[in-house]
This record gives sequence, structure tokens and C-alpha cells, in this order.
Amino acid sequence: MEKRLIDPAQVKGWGVDANPKNDPTYPMKTRNNGEHAGYTWKRPTQQPITVEVLHSNERPNVTSVFGTSTPPAGLSGVLRRFAFKYSESSYGHWLPLMAADRIGVVEGVLHDFTRGRIPNVFAEHGWNAEWKHNRASLIGRTAVRVVLISAAVAYLARRWED
Amino acid sequence: MNYRGPLRVRIDEKPMPEILHPQDAIVRVTRSCICGSDLHLYNGSVPDTRPGMTFGHEFTGVVEQLGGEVEKLKVGDHVLVPFNIACGKCVFCQQELYGNCHESNPEATAVGGIFGYSHTAGGYNGGQAEYVRVPYADVGPTVIPAGMDLDDAVLLTDVVPTGYQAAEMGGIQPGDTVVVFGAGPVGIMAARCAWLFGAGRVIVIDRVEYRLEFAKNYCPCEVYNFEELEDVVLFCKRTTDWMGADVVIDAVGAEAAGNAMQTMLGRKLLMQGGSATALHWAINGVKKGGIVSIVGVYGPIDTLIPIGNVVNKGLTIRANQASVKRLLPRLIEHVQSGVLNPKALITHRVPLEYVSDAYRIFSAKLDNCIKPVLLPPSVRS
Repeated sequence: MEKRLIDPAQVKGWGVDANPKNDPTYPMKTRNNGEHAGYTWKRPTQQPITVEVLHSNERPNVTSVFGTSTPPAGLSGVLRRFAFKYSESSYGHWLPLMAADRIGVVEGVLHDFTRGRIPNVFAEHGWNAEWKHNRASLIGRTAVRVVLISAAVAYLARRWED
Repeated sequence: MNYRGPLRVRIDEKPMPEILHPQDAIVRVTRSCICGSDLHLYNGSVPDTRPGMTFGHEFTGVVEQLGGEVEKLKVGDHVLVPFNIACGKCVFCQQELYGNCHESNPEATAVGGIFGYSHTAGGYNGGQAEYVRVPYADVGPTVIPAGMDLDDAVLLTDVVPTGYQAAEMGGIQPGDTVVVFGAGPVGIMAARCAWLFGAGRVIVIDRVEYRLEFAKNYCPCEVYNFEELEDVVLFCKRTTDWMGADVVIDAVGAEAAGNAMQTMLGRKLLMQGGSATALHWAINGVKKGGIVSIVGVYGPIDTLIPIGNVVNKGLTIRANQASVKRLLPRLIEHVQSGVLNPKALITHRVPLEYVSDAYRIFSAKLDNCIKPVLLPPSVRS
């Protein structure tokens, strides 16, 4: 624990109005002030770290357990490793993670292709349900998209010819 | 279930989960819900949501394997699994802040581990699957009481405790007027539970008519469609004799509609941690000295709210992920005594294989959906 520069007990009037019952954390928390002892609890057994785990730089270690889903890999993994150099209060942390998520989508499609699989994006989007329960809207939205994309393609093709 | 990118999920074969820690259990899933907060993941608005992950933090299941340090469970136990992953030993768990465990999420200190909720919540695969790894099996998982309906049990993993804690954090006093923003499952449960704390008046505000109609009958409560109100905050003042509500609960979170700027910044451009329209209304619609209780989920980056009004009105803002384990004994009593009837919220029972359609139905609010539950093949045979 970092040593306090000021001893509260020496401050005039310190604690004179303290009322333990006036605890805004009640009833969420059963106050025991354990935080004052710092990071001293007996930690659970450490899960073996068999995959790459990125941990927040606001903590000194990897937690006793952790998820092993989708370890960082590829270009998105490079970005994620970069992001974890910054604290959770920094855009330097969250913006690269958001970018990595989008790159990860592309990597996922490429991964499917390399395994000989073409993702059925219509089924993945749940368009079967849309067709069953929201058909008019689905047709309308699809038509608008087709018109917009066609117009854009036609415009770009004309500019290319010019 | 396999997340592939914003608005894209599918069913894939994945390796069977394994015991990775001596306090792990492997659970065969018997019920798994899609939560409103899963939609933040589904929409791609939670940072570090990696394609390939399995979502799902509301589930029940049968214990199939146990790690060497697990003492309280045995193989064959049918358990409900709180969405929080909690060690039970850290200083926060010791104070019953099970949603704030310090030994379950290496990737972020701002939130404890949550099943299937991105790497920002620990990188765990979730329960929208046939099998799932459950860490700290002696802490969270609770054997389902004999005779309890599985549909009730699965809603005790998140929806009921989150709604109950929303009301609890409101510090509701007898006679208080409580306004709840959001008529999703959590908002409906919060409104229902507001009565348990002695509210004198409960008002639910949303824009989805079928959900308001459901809330009106289920809670029961007053309901209003904000699209039919000229000004939501003005309504809150007028209907409380110009005082403002005693307690306002934000059960909407990041996907709120109702304000074009918030929608653009928070939902379309992802430039803030969500669209904070409901929270904005809550802060401005509550009385001076009132309490705003937040259980709606927001992203970790900055979000525009009128913080100056929080100061000037002397508001208390209370928020947390529900501490499911702390609340379970009382809530099980409520369910068993019939005070609460969670399973009535479930409108759709969908085979796990149709998870893509289930997400679409829930996110687009199709077919009058309130709450979908996914049924793995093993419980349908």
C-alpha cells in the first residue's frame, strides 16, 4: 500500500460526523473495508496460462481464471496487443480495439474461405426470420439498398470511362 | 453459437469445453436466453468483441464434469448459473459485490468476468451452446430447487436479479413515484419489483406498443409511449405535480432511441459509449435530491450526459451489474411463493440451431417478442 502523505487522524475534526449507517452503497455492499489492506487476499489457484492473455495495465497480473476464447491473432491481434499498452481510461485503448474488431470480421471471412466455406451472410443475419415476420420491410430495405448500390456503381463506372 | 461480426451469428461445431482450472465445472446447457445486453455485442458496439466467440450469460444446465477443488456441486446437479463470474475470495466478493470480482477478468478492471460477453468481460465463451465451462463452480452456480420451472430458473440468472436490484438501488420509500425507462424484460421486472419496495406509483416509458401493453398488465403499471409525448421530461414533471419522479430507473442503456444526436453519436458512429437518451431523461426527469438507478448497459468510452444537472439537483446516481448470488435466496423465495412470475416474460422458445433467427427476432422486436429462450438439442429429444 502506498503510504499516505497526510495522516487523517491528525486533521482537525476528522471523522466527527462519521456515521457508518449512512452508507450510500447499502444494500449492495456489506462493508468490511477490506480494500484498505490492499491486494492482500489469498488468491484462488492460478489457471495455467496456455493461451495468450492480454491483461489490463491497471492490474498487476492475470486474474486467477480467464476465458480462453479466441486469443489474439493476425493483424487484429497486433492491434489488440497495442491497445493493451494503454489504460482503460484512454482512447488509445478502446479505439484500436474497435478497429481490431472490424478487422477481425474480415479475417473471419478469410478464415472461412481458407477452410472452403462461403459464409451464408443472409442466414447469419437472420433474414429467414425477417422474411417470415417483417417481409414488407425487408423487401423495401433491400430494394433501397439495391437502388443505391446500383446508382453508385453506375456513377463510378461513368467517371471511370471519362 | 458463433459470432461472426455485427448482426451476424451462426451455429458452428466447436471443441468440447474442458476443465482448465480446479474450480471449473462443465455444464450441459438446458436453457439459454438472449439478453437485451447481448444485443450490444450483436450490434458490434462493445469493444474487444472478437469474431468466433460464443455469447450467452443467462443459462441453466446439468453438471457433467467437475474440477478437483469443487466441493459443493456433484455431477448431475441441475444448476442455474449467475451471469457474474465471481471468485468469492477477493475483497469485492467478500463484500457481496459479486458483479465486481477482481479475479475473473484480466482484460478490464472496470467490470468482473461475465459469460460470453466479449474480452472486455474476460473472454469467456457463453451458454448459447450445448456445453459451457463454468469457472468458480462452488461460488456462483446454484442447484435449482425441486419443483422450480426451468423457465423461471433461467431468468433468475440475470433478468430477475437485475430488475430487482434496479429497484433496490432506487432506495424506494413507501409512496414514491418510480419511473422506469425501457419496457424490455429487465425494465418490466424493475417495474414489477418497484412495488415490492413500497412504491406508490410505477410508470414505464418506452416506444414499443406491444411491450408497453405487456408491462401494463404484468407489473401492473402506468405506461406511456414517448413518441406520443411532446417532451418526456416535461411529462415527468407534470405528472408529479411539477416535482419530478422520486426515483428513475434507466433500464435501456446504449441502444436508446428518441434523440437524433444521441442515436447518431452513440449507435451509428460509435463515438460514445452508447446512446444515452434514457439516462438524459432520467437525470432531467427525477426530482431534486432524487435517485437515478442505472442498470442499462453502456460501453466503456465517454458518453454525453447532463452531469451539470446531477450536481445542481443534488442527485444520487446508483449503478452496478446485479450481484446475482447476493440476491438469489430472496428471489427464489419470491418465485416459489408466487410473488414473482418470471417465466411469463418468455414469449419465444427457439431451437439453438435457429440462433440467427432468434437474434433477429429479438433485436428487431418482431413477432411481439419480449424474451427468447434457446433450447439445445439435448432437451428437445
